[in-house]
Amino acid sequence: MTGRPRWARLLLAVWLPVVLLAAWWVASATSDSPYFPPLADILDEFVDEWVLGDAKWQLLPSLRNLSVGFVGGSVLGVLGGALLWRIPVLRRATNPIVYFLYVLPAPALLPAMIALFGLGEIRQMALIAFGATWPAMLNTLDGMRGVDEVKFDTARAMGFGSLRTVWQVVLPGASPQIAAGLRASLQVSIILMVVSEMVAAEEGIGYFILEAQTVFAITTMWTGILVLAVVGTALNYAFMGLERRMLAWHHGSRRIGGVPA
Amino acid sequence: MSSPSPLPGSPDANDLIGDGMTRTLGTAAAGGPGAQDHPVLDVQGLHKVFNAGRPDERTAIDEVSFSIAKGEFVCVVGPSGAGKTTLLRCMSGLAAPSSGTVRFEGRELTAVPDEVGVVFQDYGRSLFPWLTNGRNIDLPLRARKVPRPDREKRVQEVLEAVGLGHVERQYPWQLSGGMQQRVAIARTLSYRPDLLLMDEPFASVDAQTRFDLEDLILRVRRDAGITVVLVTHDIDEAIYLADRIVVLSGSPSRVREILDVPLGPDRDQLGTRSSEEFLALRKHLLSLVMPR
Repeated sequence: MTGRPRWARLLLAVWLPVVLLAAWWVASATSDSPYFPPLADILDEFVDEWVLGDAKWQLLPSLRNLSVGFVGGSVLGVLGGALLWRIPVLRRATNPIVYFLYVLPAPALLPAMIALFGLGEIRQMALIAFGATWPAMLNTLDGMRGVDEVKFDTARAMGFGSLRTVWQVVLPGASPQIAAGLRASLQVSIILMVVSEMVAAEEGIGYFILEAQTVFAITTMWTGILVLAVVGTALNYAFMGLERRMLAWHHGSRRIGGVPA
Repeated sequence: MSSPSPLPGSPDANDLIGDGMTRTLGTAAAGGPGAQDHPVLDVQGLHKVFNAGRPDERTAIDEVSFSIAKGEFVCVVGPSGAGKTTLLRCMSGLAAPSSGTVRFEGRELTAVPDEVGVVFQDYGRSLFPWLTNGRNIDLPLRARKVPRPDREKRVQEVLEAVGLGHVERQYPWQLSGGMQQRVAIARTLSYRPDLLLMDEPFASVDAQTRFDLEDLILRVRRDAGITVVLVTHDIDEAIYLADRIVVLSGSPSRVREILDVPLGPDRDQLGTRSSEEFLALRKHLLSLVMPR
């Protein structure tokens, strides 16, 4: 991390995407396959649809569902994980069902969600929240269980009450793993956002992609996929940036040689 | 808390550790002329069993009794695995004895009293890496609801008292091991405990740092007039620091002997450690601790 100037690090990060895009550009330049149109055409279409046209408004419902679902699921997951940590009986009693729900592919629940919540966006948010809950919950539980015993002794020796201990010891101690869980939750949320828009939906980027494909507007479909890739990457980087700021102590101590949380 | 810091020199505290002090020896607890009503810490018939009633039942402490008078520096030595840490956990209120009692200033322990400070062996684990050194030291003050301006002042005071006035905004993991243990000591001193309990506090630092920290704790103790109990496996360290040494047997521990260390209040690493008395005490302690 040290020694290398900023521009060199940036270069190191972007060279592969740039090379791949260039390869795509060159390889597809003369393509006449209807499924793989030239990248140049896709970019033209992108400007027409997403910059000049109205397709960009498809992002709004998608991002709304994603943020409500992800935040809701994450809060549920962290609270649930904390409860499971605090109440071992609950943990043992719910352990099989939690893992059952965790490994159950969330898209399989779409029909059930439609039955429960109807066709509206509530169903989409609920599905995203459902998927986002489990990685957040299990990582929170694991992180909290992994907090060093000496830290609890220290807290008691300093006269901490149980609330202060949770707030000042357990939560920060588990925060690196909670963050890892939330990142997994975010990825699941993005997948579920698209999937939920592809089934019985009338708006959103997933709907846009599927709709373009059904009317055989393959170039338009590709623009949707590109936008989705960009949005996903941007969200992931935003999350990593936030994590880096909030857990600067964790990254700093690990760089130096490791202090167990 | 408007009283001035007790840390910068108050030489009259020296008298506290003179040889003329009334001592409480073994189970013959306080009550002599001039002594206060209660010893600071009174351990009676302490017995600690782990996993009682299970196949892996293990007796860590068989029977330990001693008491500690105000202002004393007592070291507890014993071979490794002698249950020293368990004893300290019971003495601080972190663990409950299986039978017997531990009284702090006359009250039986149920939790760690506000007037007791504990320093753990592993500073890397007891300091919170997510907080700066200053905020680490601030923690017990916040738990005691000390007003903010006082807290800021005290954090600075105790950091300076341990010779680390400049590290408040740094993180513990940016410091060397010895400096981290100084921060941990400062954190414990910040709320001005009456009794300081230390569990092998210098076991994880190099020899030179260890000498520095020993002298630091002697100075802090003298300046603050604080009572200290320090658990160690190092006989030399115990003699150098203590007014009295409690020698434990191997596991399960019993008190083998309690002996006075008549080396006076002023000690220095070179002179004290090479003195006749020191060597005689060392020989005696070795004969107690070494297996025959």
